[in-house]
Amino acid sequence: MGVEGIGARVTRKEDKRFLTGKGRYTDDMTVPGMKYAYFIRSPHAHAKIVNIDVSAAKSMPGVIDVLDGKELQADGIGNLICGWMIHSKDGSPMKMGAWRPLAIDTVRYVGDAVAIVVADTSGEARDAAEAVVIDYDVLPAVADVTAAMRAGAPQLHPEAPGNLIFDWQIGDPDAADRAIASAAHVTEIDIVNNRLSPNPMEPRATLGIYDSAEDHYTCYTTSQNPHVARLVMSAFYNVAPENKLRVIAPDVGGGFGSKIYIYPEEIVCLWASKKTNVPVKWTSDRTEAFLTDAHGRDHISKVRMAFDADHRITALKVDTIANLGAYMSLFSSAVPTYLYATLLSGQYAIPTIHANVRTVYTNTVPVDAYRGAGRPEATYLLERTIETAARELGLSPAELRRKNFIRSFPYQTPVIMNYDAGNYEASLDAAMQAADWNGFSARRANSEARGKKRGIGMSCYIEACGIAPSAAVGSLGAGVGLWESAEVRVNAVGTIEVLTGSHSHGQGHETTFAQLVAGRLGVPIESINIVHGDTDKVQMGMGTYGSRSGAVGMSAIVKALDKVEAKAKKIAAHLMEASEEDIVIENGELKVAGTDKAVPWFQVALASYTAHNLPSGMEPGLKETAFYDPSNFTFPAGCYIAEVEVDPETGETDIIQFVAADDFGNIINPLIVEGQVHGGLAQGIGQALLEAVHYDENGQLLTASFMDYAMPRADDLPSFKLSHQNTPCPSNPLGIKGCGEAGAIGSPPALINAITDAIGNNRLTMPATSMKVWQAIHAAH
Amino acid sequence: MYATSYHRASSVEEAVQLRSAHEEGKYLSGGMTLISTMKQRLAAPSDLVDLRHIPALRGISIEGRRVKIGAATPHADVAASQELRALCPAICDLASHIGDPHVRQMGTIGGSIANNDPAADYPAGLLGLGATIVTDRRSISADDFFVGLFETALEEGEMVTAVLFDAPEKAGYAKFNNPASRFAMTGVFVAKTASGVRVAVTGAGSDGVFRHPGLEQALTSSWSADALANVSVDPSSLLSDLHANAEYRANLVKVMAKRAVAAAG
Ligand SMILES: Cc1cc2nc3c(=O)[nH]c(=O)nc-3n(C[C@H](O)[C@H](O)[C@H](O)COP(=O)(O)OP(=O)(O)OC[C@H]3O[C@@H](n4cnc5c(N)ncnc54)[C@H](O)[C@@H]3O)c2cc1C
Repeated sequence: MGVEGIGARVTRKEDKRFLTGKGRYTDDMTVPGMKYAYFIRSPHAHAKIVNIDVSAAKSMPGVIDVLDGKELQADGIGNLICGWMIHSKDGSPMKMGAWRPLAIDTVRYVGDAVAIVVADTSGEARDAAEAVVIDYDVLPAVADVTAAMRAGAPQLHPEAPGNLIFDWQIGDPDAADRAIASAAHVTEIDIVNNRLSPNPMEPRATLGIYDSAEDHYTCYTTSQNPHVARLVMSAFYNVAPENKLRVIAPDVGGGFGSKIYIYPEEIVCLWASKKTNVPVKWTSDRTEAFLTDAHGRDHISKVRMAFDADHRITALKVDTIANLGAYMSLFSSAVPTYLYATLLSGQYAIPTIHANVRTVYTNTVPVDAYRGAGRPEATYLLERTIETAARELGLSPAELRRKNFIRSFPYQTPVIMNYDAGNYEASLDAAMQAADWNGFSARRANSEARGKKRGIGMSCYIEACGIAPSAAVGSLGAGVGLWESAEVRVNAVGTIEVLTGSHSHGQGHETTFAQLVAGRLGVPIESINIVHGDTDKVQMGMGTYGSRSGAVGMSAIVKALDKVEAKAKKIAAHLMEASEEDIVIENGELKVAGTDKAVPWFQVALASYTAHNLPSGMEPGLKETAFYDPSNFTFPAGCYIAEVEVDPETGETDIIQFVAADDFGNIINPLIVEGQVHGGLAQGIGQALLEAVHYDENGQLLTASFMDYAMPRADDLPSFKLSHQNTPCPSNPLGIKGCGEAGAIGSPPALINAITDAIGNNRLTMPATSMKVWQAIHAAH
Repeated sequence: MYATSYHRASSVEEAVQLRSAHEEGKYLSGGMTLISTMKQRLAAPSDLVDLRHIPALRGISIEGRRVKIGAATPHADVAASQELRALCPAICDLASHIGDPHVRQMGTIGGSIANNDPAADYPAGLLGLGATIVTDRRSISADDFFVGLFETALEEGEMVTAVLFDAPEKAGYAKFNNPASRFAMTGVFVAKTASGVRVAVTGAGSDGVFRHPGLEQALTSSWSADALANVSVDPSSLLSDLHANAEYRANLVKVMAKRAVAAAG
């Protein structure tokens, strides 16, 4: 395929601008007359707004206006919505409480936006915000999900009695009960998946520009999916019709899910720009990011796994409670349901699975998808359970897994997913070999001689990526289709622009997407530009999340390239008086196979635009659009092994080695894939050892800065040992599965299994801080 | 940040004068604490008097075993001083583990002790060494200087100019990092000084840095990590927070004390 085609370790084209500080982020955007917004936020987790007095603030220096939720409502701006309908098992629809972009009567979490100041400088906006006097009538608050479900708990939304949003199930509960009753062994475990803050390096920002001459809005925003933002802001929030709203997501410094959603700030800045007749910019500070970016995870579950006498899993029964925070964020309902419970079969043939999921309101930041979204929760639950079962049954964790692996494909799980391809044993074998599994006992003896406790743990994960077949997700309640679009635009001189609905915010699309085109046409990678992130440039798109840009976004490019190539071949055949079937494209030329006749690529492009000599009836130009709707999810899978040494005096965990053996199908760029795995592992290890959002009993966020929220740093991480196995994905033209989330999905259980193995106590929750590990060591003795 | 006026002093006298002229003013040293609290609008000094350009406040001087560190000396200079390392490596090691390279280049010993963060490292070092804190108006022993959480014996407008100590026979510092901030979740400084053994604990006390008589007695009778095996550390006066409860901190005090002794040799 050439040095820059598929499979090549091409260094990232975008890195030059990022590493030299020349990236252009939303906060870098400046337009004439631009002013600054400051959001006034609730200091209380739950309160009635009695009165808002803006009179003093309005006359402060530099202040243009102070606006509140009543004015926003009067202008017809709608509520924020959750775009995925889930029905409870009694058939009733989920109970969506009203989420106003600026709260009117009630605030429901610390950070809930109440009013906005627009001023000449951000300092003046903040000064004036301090002069706004808001009378709150403080109400009892509840931050803990179990407390929120108790009788007499503070109630968040009149629409949702008992704070219950839905009580949903998947699978057959009676069959699961029967299997458990007749099992030879049942493993029971309680699992907590800790709440996380996404912390992308770039905080959220938005710039709303209203053009009164055209009655048109432009929104610069830190979004993973600008077209979805436009669609939602038009269709639901009533900001402006789509043709009057341009959304631009320029360089975006990481998202991890948190920039999928449409937040109050984009809507309010656009509206305020019209109201004040100046462009309005807002940039979050780090504390605001902790207070308002959608959090991730936060599940508690009870699990039972049943085995027959031959150690085959006969049933899995799961009861999960998921904390969705104070309001339902855009895709919040899908995460603990169809992105979670449908993965509970893992890599194992489990005949019967039942999962019950209740989602609950609390006075905390809304919770939504965060790197992995549902799949880390499923994997952590399953992989800790099977490891626990192996210990109870006295089996090696590898053997118990091997015994239960799915080995023939396609495989229909009892929870919707149909796995198209995989070879789980190949990854398990590769990981065990790389980890020198068999040499562990000698290494453990060595650690013991030094007074340390050594442990080893594994995790065999599967995830569903390439989100997703539109008809399938539609039948499950999604409000959108999850196809992707691409346009391949060949210029008259043969250079190429690829317009994609995927959005790159760290993934390296400008490199990998260009590699696909360079490889197909044999043209230099420098002649290809990837255009994304602007609704005025790109036809339409669903954006980037769920490891979908390769499997879905690039598949759309393949389809568009097929069309471009077909037309180019027709033109070349005409120019060389050959038959279209004999034309091949190689090394930047269109050749007549088996002859030395050829026309260079640029000449065909030029011919298509001069149109002096085209086949009769052919339209000029060389530009094609395609939409690709996947036929199935893709199923990356792999095996991770962690080996740790614990210091019994302090409970400190040292990760001695971390092995990741992943099957991502075909790989476009190994360098970028390794980077994605490294980043994912760092996040997963962060979840396992360090990260946790804490609220106090009044709903005050205790972890609102990096002084208290522990992010993984380089010296918390070992050097990773990676390998790739490959069963090409049969469901898309490139055979690729997706690699963006695997690291974060597979790593937490491997680490916790290793630590519990080291300390001989399985009762340990994430993050396994040194204190918790120390306590668990003492509790074990 | 609220608006503020910046003054660059070139001598101690000028700085004291500028400071006394502005009732709501503050000394600015490395700014690692002060500037970020100002950015969060938790502090609003009307005037900042920058001490970093006063030559007399900067540098390390050694006479015999007597060490003097100027108040505006950044942590990185203390960490890197070979002369100081030859006499008292423990204080260099302590400085080398404060924050990150940026913080060590900017943050200063005077700012650190004037701030007296209950999780800061220098308070343990200076209390452990039995140092003297010199100000523009007097000398204060470390035992009297560190009063409580973010509280010192400094009076309104009083400026730390230097710290003085005699190099100990032996000293060692062991720090257990807070996983998020990397300040000390518990740090223990042990020193065998001319006037006896001193053990100072930071990061753990609910009233800031403190000396631990039990550990001092044990080390006085035998300078070895093993001598600490039977000392009990009472958790009742220790801090409980998000990251560590008092019981765990009590354990860390003992473990860090042992490691500090081992480091001291
Ligand atoms: C990311 C980060 C990590 C850190 N990690 C650690 C750590 O691990 N361990 C640790 O010990 N510290 C740590 N620090 C604190 C740092 O070491 C500084 O020492 C501390 O911020 C104060 O020193 P400064 O010179 O920056 O003082 P400034 O911030 O300038 O001043 C602090 C206070 O002291 C007053 N002041 C300053 N100089 C004098 C003086 N000479 N006389 C009287 N008053 C004065 C100021 O008015 C102000 O009130 C960290 C800081 C940051 C930002």
